[in-house]
Amino acid sequence: MIRLEKRPEPSKAWSAAAPVLAVVATMIAGGLLFASLGQDPFVAIRTIFWDPIFGEFAFYYRGQLLVKAGPLILIAIGLSLGFRAGIWNIGAEGQYIVGAIVGAGAGLAFFPSESFLIFPFVILCGAIGGGLWALIPAILKTRFNTNEILVSLMLVYVAEAMLASVSSGLLRNPDGQGFPGSRNFRDFPAAHNDYIIESAGIHWGVLAAFGAVILAYVLLTRHILGFQVRLTGEAPRAARFAGVNPTRLVVFCLVTSGALAGLAGMFEVTGPAGQISIDFNSGYGFTAIIVAFLGRLHPIGILLAGLLMALTYIGGEAAQATLGLPGAAIQLLQGMLLFFLLAVDVFANFRIRFGTREAA
Amino acid sequence: MTDELLSIEGLTKAYPGVVANDTVSFTIGQGEVHALLGENGAGKSTLVKMIYGLVRPDAGKMRLRGESFEPNSPNAARQSGIAMVFQHFSLFEALDVAENVALGMENPPPQRELARRIREVSETYGLPLDPARLVGDLSAGERQRVEIIRCLLQDPKLLIMDEPTSVLTPQEVDILFETLRKLSSEGTAILYISHKLEEIRTLCDAATILRLGKVVGSCNPREKSARELAEMMVGTTLHTPDRTGRTMGEVALDVIGLSVKSSNPFGTSLRNIHLEVHQGEVLGIGGVAGNGQEDLLAAISGEVTTAPDAIKLRGQPVGHLGPNDRRKIGILAAPEDRLGHAAAPDMSLTENALMTGAIRQGLSSNGFLNWPASRKFADEIIKSFDVRTPGASHAARSLSGGNLQKFVIGREILQKPDVLVVNQPTWGVDASAAAAIRQALLDLAAAGAAIIVISQDLDELMEIADKFAALNEGRLTAPRPTKGLTIDQIGMMMGGAHDMEVAHVAD
Repeated sequence: MIRLEKRPEPSKAWSAAAPVLAVVATMIAGGLLFASLGQDPFVAIRTIFWDPIFGEFAFYYRGQLLVKAGPLILIAIGLSLGFRAGIWNIGAEGQYIVGAIVGAGAGLAFFPSESFLIFPFVILCGAIGGGLWALIPAILKTRFNTNEILVSLMLVYVAEAMLASVSSGLLRNPDGQGFPGSRNFRDFPAAHNDYIIESAGIHWGVLAAFGAVILAYVLLTRHILGFQVRLTGEAPRAARFAGVNPTRLVVFCLVTSGALAGLAGMFEVTGPAGQISIDFNSGYGFTAIIVAFLGRLHPIGILLAGLLMALTYIGGEAAQATLGLPGAAIQLLQGMLLFFLLAVDVFANFRIRFGTREAA
Repeated sequence: MTDELLSIEGLTKAYPGVVANDTVSFTIGQGEVHALLGENGAGKSTLVKMIYGLVRPDAGKMRLRGESFEPNSPNAARQSGIAMVFQHFSLFEALDVAENVALGMENPPPQRELARRIREVSETYGLPLDPARLVGDLSAGERQRVEIIRCLLQDPKLLIMDEPTSVLTPQEVDILFETLRKLSSEGTAILYISHKLEEIRTLCDAATILRLGKVVGSCNPREKSARELAEMMVGTTLHTPDRTGRTMGEVALDVIGLSVKSSNPFGTSLRNIHLEVHQGEVLGIGGVAGNGQEDLLAAISGEVTTAPDAIKLRGQPVGHLGPNDRRKIGILAAPEDRLGHAAAPDMSLTENALMTGAIRQGLSSNGFLNWPASRKFADEIIKSFDVRTPGASHAARSLSGGNLQKFVIGREILQKPDVLVVNQPTWGVDASAAAAIRQALLDLAAAGAAIIVISQDLDELMEIADKFAALNEGRLTAPRPTKGLTIDQIGMMMGGAHDMEVAHVAD
């Protein structure tokens, strides 16, 4: 008989090793999956995990890595603060969209001005847009005790409807012959989030993501506010006893995560995406939830998890193109990663015992 | 009475890392009231769980009336005539008494017949109980009667009672003891688990004392003093708290007409509470659990805020301040629930030290935390209060209950409060640690602090408090000096037998 036995304390070694083990397990299970699809598993795994960084066309993919990882990390850092405190913002996708709309709208209002103040203003508006969108579930939760998971999730669909509306209405490119979609920010340098180092894929949003990682790290390990966030997640009554104001904490966590998601949307629309369009959003807000958990809700972990997740996106696309793997197989692989992580996680808190009778 | 009912030979049960019972042997005679005495963690619960068929022993034998007895389920144990009243009741509040009793029976008779039998048993054994009342309306003592009657209907040969008096007022205890004596005189043996020594001395014919899973002695408790029993239980000499060296100062904390509506729908609202504590004074607040103790602590600690004038510190209104503002001016608290309220289970001791110590110990500046200082504070608590742990980096939940309690109380005491409120400071703590905690509270009072001790342990309150008041359904009685207070008076203050007259025990 195999039994699980609770450890007196979570094992630090297992906690640290879990993501690595999960990646290895994903590669093995993924390899089996690809083999069953008639592919050479080693080639497929190499194509996804190795070639984008070290392969022949790595010079192209490497840049893409940060472009994709930037928004994932930025959003996941915000989400992790709330998740730590037991406040579940599932609607980052909506905050991402609203941040993009408000940021882009604020910039386009000044078209074609060339003032250097426009880009900072766009950044500010992106954060405010996302923050305000997240303030809605915050207020409803603290005032009327609604469930923030449902409210924030449903607001994603409202945001998507708004996106469809503004891209064919309010923000439509007046010179676009009636096609839906806003002006392209490449034609509007004052508000354009241009690459700083193009070969590395670094734009202002990537820098913001790195900055968020550092700030979150300092907040969680060195600041009383981060301590209160962690305490609330660990033991809500103890947090109240320690003087944490639950209402303020809910608002702080939701608005911060909303603002960071809004920033990510704003940097995306003014940079890599280039314009507001109906299908501008690409699910970063949802994928970031996986990134946050894969990174153990720890800023450094999220940085690595964001890069890994971006890698599976890029490698997955490459595998689809070169090996003809179906897209669903790649999504399965990403899902497996979270699945194996949660499975391995069990061993941080439990140990396996073999045998029928416990020994002294 | 000397006929052997249950004999236990060499019972052993080990859990990972701890031997709960190590070759335990003793016998219970028919009609004997047998006490099982020991500190928390001595292995009492494991032992009775084996007798009741909830846990299977690793080794050893049990014999019931000379025959081999190996219950593999509580059902089997019940069929052999063993019944048990647990410390925590398993009753449905929305059902009436008879329905609750029926739920615990294999083949319940029709309700009318059952109600008749409940009335019969309750009259025979002096346990007043109306079968038609809803359990939700009953007091803790009455709920316990439901459990006892449920057991008595099975006509048991051995009745196991786990800490039965912890929820009762002294008058209710008297009623219970009458019942138990009557049962015993009819030949039902009773295995009585407790750590309350005076009770055991008045009630029990024999006692088996457990320490760390082993039988360390057996005696006739009537021939021993409570102190001798305690020392057998603990294994060391106990020292009596030293109450000397205190002078009463001015009024430190003043509570004037405090009313708080409970945030929990099943909680108790505080109603018009008045109390004052002087510097150097210990006020003991007794009462059966669930009468507003937690809410009172929350109102004084600042977790629940009230009108400014309802609570005053040295004459200054503080009722509107939150926990941290009150810490700043010297009001500290240690709640009852260690894991999850007084401490965060999965956080390290350093982090738990920071949790309430940040303000008075200056462990943060401009919001930035000073970890080395927090660590030092945690180490100081561990050292001063003899907290057994490999180090401050270990999680709070890895500590035993008593050690964590020492940490939690020590954390507040070392911050030199002007007013300290503690709820159940020695609950689940072994006797020597409890003595240390009580002494620390007295020393703090001697240094001029005003202390409120909320506790359900009346002996503890009599030992350390200068004044005693009782909480009953959210109301606080006027405090009276503990000197010369009789157990009857205390019982009346605690609400008597919850307005139920002592039923006449039928002859």
